Amino acid sequence: MKPWVLLVTCLRGLVRNPMRAMLTILGIVIGIAAVVAIREIGEGSKQQISSDVASLGADVVNVWGASVSNSGVNTGRGGRASLYPEDAEAIMRDCKETVLLASPTVRAGGQVIVGNKNWSPSSIIGGNEHYLGIEGWKVVNGRAFNKEQVDNSARVCLIGQTIARELYAGKDPVGQEIRIKDVVFTVIGVLGSKGADMGQDKDDCLILPWTSIRTRLMGASMDASIVRAGAANATRPSATSTFPTSSVSFYPGCDLQPYTGAPHPLHTRTVDSLIVKVKDKENAKPAMAQITAVLRREHNLAPGVLDDFEMFDRGQISTMVTSISTTMTTLLMAVAFISLVVGGVGIMNIMLVSVTERTREIGLRMAVGARPRDIMAQFLLESVLLCLVGGLLGIAMGHGASSVVSGLAGWPIATSPAAWVLAVSVAAVIGIVFGWYPAYKASRLDPIDALHHE
Amino acid sequence: MIELKDITKVYHVGEIDLPVLKGISLTINDGEFVSLTGASGSGKSTLMNLLGCLDRPTSGEYWIDGKNVANLNANQRAAIRNERIGFVFQNFNLLPRTSALENVMMPAAYHHPALSQARIRENALRLIRLVGLEDRMHHTPAQLSGGQQQRVAIARALINNPGILLADEPTGNLDSTTSVEVMNMFRDLNRNQGLTVIIVTHDPKTAAFTDRAINMSDGLIMEGVAQELSASLKK
Repeated sequence: MKPWVLLVTCLRGLVRNPMRAMLTILGIVIGIAAVVAIREIGEGSKQQISSDVASLGADVVNVWGASVSNSGVNTGRGGRASLYPEDAEAIMRDCKETVLLASPTVRAGGQVIVGNKNWSPSSIIGGNEHYLGIEGWKVVNGRAFNKEQVDNSARVCLIGQTIARELYAGKDPVGQEIRIKDVVFTVIGVLGSKGADMGQDKDDCLILPWTSIRTRLMGASMDASIVRAGAANATRPSATSTFPTSSVSFYPGCDLQPYTGAPHPLHTRTVDSLIVKVKDKENAKPAMAQITAVLRREHNLAPGVLDDFEMFDRGQISTMVTSISTTMTTLLMAVAFISLVVGGVGIMNIMLVSVTERTREIGLRMAVGARPRDIMAQFLLESVLLCLVGGLLGIAMGHGASSVVSGLAGWPIATSPAAWVLAVSVAAVIGIVFGWYPAYKASRLDPIDALHHE
Repeated sequence: MIELKDITKVYHVGEIDLPVLKGISLTINDGEFVSLTGASGSGKSTLMNLLGCLDRPTSGEYWIDGKNVANLNANQRAAIRNERIGFVFQNFNLLPRTSALENVMMPAAYHHPALSQARIRENALRLIRLVGLEDRMHHTPAQLSGGQQQRVAIARALINNPGILLADEPTGNLDSTTSVEVMNMFRDLNRNQGLTVIIVTHDPKTAAFTDRAINMSDGLIMEGVAQELSASLKK
C-alpha cells in the first residue's frame, strides 16, 4: 500500500468517529501538556536562578583560613587565622593575569544608632577600596571610601538601602553621623539596592574600611608587639606604616596569650577572609590555582604541607542551585511521563475496542487482498497519528498553561522548541508502543472469521 | 481455469476430527457461469472459502490458471485474492461513511504494483458507470438501497480486473426484483466480459440464472444430482 494512500485511509478511519478520537487522545494531551509546562517552567526558573546567582557574583572567589581539627572537633571553614591583609595585596600584584581585584574582609556585629533610633544590621562588613567593585555594589548617593581612608582607619561608612530607610526615614543620610557600637562614624554614601537573596536582605548592611572595623570596632589595635610578631616573619612586607600605632590597646599583647608556644602566634592582624574578583566569569579555576600558588609562597608553606587556607568560588553556588532545580524538574518530568504512560494505555484500550468494532472491515480488507502487514500498518499508523495529534494539542496546552502560570504567578518560563520536538517524538513512540498490540491483534485475524463477525 | 483435485478439509474441534470436504474434484473453465448450491452443513461455505483462497485445504491440489495455490502462505494467498478473485458478499460489506467511489477504489490500494491514484479513480469511475451508479458515486452506503449497495460491491470486486467473480449469497439480502437485477448483472458480466462467475447460493431461483449448478451434499459433489439440477434448471 502506498504511504500516502495508507495515510488517507487512516485519517478517514479516525475522522469517522471524531468524538471518540478526541477522548482517546485526552490522556496523551494531558501528559504532553504536563511535560511541556514543567519543562518550560523548570527551564525558566533555572535560567532565573543562574542570573540571580550571577548577580551575586559568579566571578568572585572567597578565600578562608583552613579548617582546624582539635581533639576531633573541626572548626569548619575559616577556623585558622592564616590570612593577612598583605595577602590581598600580593594577589593583586602577582596574579594580574587572572585576577582583577582583591580585598581583605572582616565582619563585625552590633547595633547602630542614629538619634533616637537603633537597628541591628544583619552584617557590618569591612573591606578595602576595591571591595565594592568586587561585590558589585554601586554607590547611589555620596561616594565610596578611598585607599587613604582605608589606610587611616577613617571613621566613615556606607549604608545599605534598608539601613537608610530604617534610620534616616527619608532624610539624606550622607554626611550624617551614625554610631556603630558606640563609635561615631560618618555616613559618606548610600549603596544601591541588591534586593533579597535566598531569604536574606542584602541591603541590610554597612560597609566600612576593614581597618576601621579592626581598630575601632573590634579593638584589635596594631599593638607594637603584634607588629613585631608579624615583622618577625621575614616574608611579610611591612605594612605597619600604613596602620596607626598610637591607638588604644583594648586587648593584651601577644606575649600574654597562653598560646605562646604554638607554631603560629595568634595574630589579631589577620583578616576573616579574602575576596577576589577573577577575570574569567566562566571559569575561576585558573585564577584559583594562581591564588593558591601566591598564598603558599606568602605563607612560606613547604611543598607537601597542606594549604592553610580554603577557597570557594561562587560559581559553585550557581552550579549547586542549578542542579537542585534540575533535580526537581527531572522529578516532576518523571511524574508527567507516568501520566503519558497512562495516556498510552488509554490509546491501547481504545485501539483494541476499535479493532473489535472494525473486525468486519478488517475481514473485508483481507478478503480483497490486504496482507497482515498492511492491516498492521494501518492500525499502527492510526495510533501514531492519534498520539501525534495529541502531542501537538498537548504542546499547545502545555505552552498555554505555562504562559498563564508565568502571567499569574510571575514565574519565568523558557520556551523550549527542543522540548516540543521531544514531546512529539515521545508521543510518536507511545503511539507505536501502545498501538503495536492492537495492530498485531488486527493483523492476526482470520479473514473468514472476521468477515462473519457480528 | 479452476481445477480442484481430491480436495479435503478437516476441522479439528477439540479432540474430534470433523471432515467437512471429503475429496472434491472439480473443474471450472474460464468464462463459465456456475452456481454452487447445497443445504446448510453440506460444506458449501467451506468450499467457497477454499475457492476464494481465504483458507487452505487439508489435502489435495487447487490450481488456478495453472498455478497450485493450495499451499501458499497468507501473504501469497492475499496477492491471489487481490489479483485474480473478486468477492461479492451477502451483506455487501461496504466501508461505512465512505463514498461509493472510494469503496470501489479500496482493493486497488493493495494491488502490486500500485497504480497511480488517478488511474485507479478512472477505473473506478468506469466501473461505477458500468453498474449504473454514476449519479450516486459520492453517496455513502447508508444513503444507498440494498440493490445499489450490492452494485457498488460488484464494481469493487472488478477494480483489479480479476478473472473470477465469487459471490456468496449475493441476493440473500435483496428483494426478488432487485435480485433479478443483480443476477442479470452477473450474467452480463459473464457474457460480455468473459468473467468466470461462481454464485454460492441455497436459492434455486438464483441458481437458475447460472449455466451450471454444482450441488454439495455432506462434503461431496453430487455429480448426478448436479447435472439433473442443471438440466431441470435449464428448462
